[in-house]
Amino acid sequence: MAAPHETGKGLSQGARNALPLMLFMIIGFAAPLLTVIAYSFMPPRSFGLTRAPTLDNYADIFASNSYISFGWSMLFAALTVALLALICYPIAYGMARLFGRWSPILTLLFTIPLFVSENVRLYGWILFLIKNGVLLGTLKSWFGIEPESILFTPGVVLLGMVYVYLPFMLFPMTLGVSMVPNETREAARDLGASRWQVFREVELPLSMPGIMIGLLLTFVLAVGAIAEAKVLGGQTIIPITHDIEIAFTYAQNWPLGAALAVLLMIVVGTLVMLVLKRFDLDAILGKR
Amino acid sequence: MPEGPNLLKVPKDCMSKRPPILQLKSLTKSFGTFNAVDGIDLDIAEGEFFTIVGPSGSGKTTLIRMLAGMEQASSGDIILSGTRINDLPANKRPTCMVFQSLALFPHRTVGENIEFPLKIKGIDPAQRKVRALALLDQLRLPPNYYGKSVLRCSGGERQRVALARALAFDPKILFFDEPLSAIDYKLRKTLEKELKDIHRETGKTFVYITHSLEEAMVMSDRIGVMRAGNLVQVGTPNEIYSSPKDKFVSEFMGDVNVIPVSMNGSRTITADTFDKTFTVATIPQAFSKGHLVIRPEFVRFVTEAKEAENVLEGKLYNEYALGSRIQYQVRVGENVFIVEKLRQHSSTLRRDQTVLIGWDAKDSILVTG
Repeated sequence: MAAPHETGKGLSQGARNALPLMLFMIIGFAAPLLTVIAYSFMPPRSFGLTRAPTLDNYADIFASNSYISFGWSMLFAALTVALLALICYPIAYGMARLFGRWSPILTLLFTIPLFVSENVRLYGWILFLIKNGVLLGTLKSWFGIEPESILFTPGVVLLGMVYVYLPFMLFPMTLGVSMVPNETREAARDLGASRWQVFREVELPLSMPGIMIGLLLTFVLAVGAIAEAKVLGGQTIIPITHDIEIAFTYAQNWPLGAALAVLLMIVVGTLVMLVLKRFDLDAILGKR
Repeated sequence: MPEGPNLLKVPKDCMSKRPPILQLKSLTKSFGTFNAVDGIDLDIAEGEFFTIVGPSGSGKTTLIRMLAGMEQASSGDIILSGTRINDLPANKRPTCMVFQSLALFPHRTVGENIEFPLKIKGIDPAQRKVRALALLDQLRLPPNYYGKSVLRCSGGERQRVALARALAFDPKILFFDEPLSAIDYKLRKTLEKELKDIHRETGKTFVYITHSLEEAMVMSDRIGVMRAGNLVQVGTPNEIYSSPKDKFVSEFMGDVNVIPVSMNGSRTITADTFDKTFTVATIPQAFSKGHLVIRPEFVRFVTEAKEAENVLEGKLYNEYALGSRIQYQVRVGENVFIVEKLRQHSSTLRRDQTVLIGWDAKDSILVTG
């Protein structure tokens, strides 16, 4: 009988089995990340990794007004997540508990737009919202009213972000709500709880794993959003991702772009870690 | 002789003489054209341990869910202490249920689970804790379980937590929906007795449902046997055991000898599947066809035909040890009979041996249907 942890040939069986995936992850995930981090310490406007490391890029960023872009990205990500939570919870509740055999159809309707490129869908919104477009043109020719187009305002950027990231909040939330055993609801009610108390004491805490996953996922995605501000916002706001793109392309300043990216990773990573520490997903899921 | 309190004047069956706390009047629950609960009439006395027993699909879960307010009755009345409560939602009813799954709150500690109904009532935390610790003690759980996660409790401990939580609500009636069905045999036996002790300590009305008549016998003051949405028979464990109303009830009791019989013109009872006339104690009114029921412990091995009022000759097929008793399977032609005896030190009976088995008329029951 072969021992499960055979050490005869140097590597254990587990390590040998994990080796291909480890290599793949090192090459595909860790290497680019390390390259970006390395670039952030190179002198400005250099294109190699052989020069002496410096903190010039970070000094430049703290001296510049990049914090405004950071601020826009964080604010819009936070607003998007908050709006999505409010919009998606009732839908998730319905999908998990009320819609019955209609909920797979709704799932499909929420999924189908994902098959179309995000940019194409955003240009669709432009055609819909633009002056003399689908919405305003119809209003004008049918009712003779000509309201201002909301295109190229911060509000429409938010609309675009909520629209694009909705499925990423909805599906984990639906899973979270459907994880609540129905008998715990009934038991709470039987023990005298009102509907609101059942929600606050039982449903919300028990569906928290799904809600947390949705919040984190959409926040991380929304911080990295760029197309909504560009396409729908017409650059009324400049998110940090836009600054990073400019640094890597027009400005030809890779070390600056790399330093911005590293800072963004640190900020987002710290926030995520803080949240995960506060809400221990394993504990909520009852694994410990 | 001094005049003491005349205890003898207390009626023997005092339970059913008490005022009913719960009355059901032609209570019905329909799903489409199917009546899951089909017009049940029942009075449950205050302080009684009443068990509804029936096979799966008999409607017992639907019945208890209606009583607890989790299902709406289609017609009929549920009357609690004289007030019709049909339209009262579960959270407004002074009753509480212990679920089959227990439905403990997994994100809460043992203490928080027990305190839940108190928290809902708005009782302050210090008082809640005093009550929770008292309940832990009453349910034989150590006080350090107060801060323990319910997920770390064993099956038996969870049962106790669920019961403590229900008792914390201080309900007028406690409902139980087969809470012991997923527990292993030995622990179940312990918990059954504990539950009966707690019933005595609290003096509350318990309404319990189970598919196991054995479980019902151990705990109940009265039992209602349910079948296809109807109560077939209601009575004390002893009544159900010794005089089952029909074949269904008698077979539900576990191993029992049931012989299909008919009555011929001269008021004699004969077996349908073999040639034998039986002596019986009483023949019900208008009896023509039915079953003769004899409990296995009333059948004994005899050496001569005159030793019992009914005697059959058969072959010993097999024997089964049941702890303190031994069960024998005896075959009379194609018919299987079960005989039970207390265990003895030595047995002279061998397989395939020809034996005479017999019982007295008073130990058999003639049931219609």
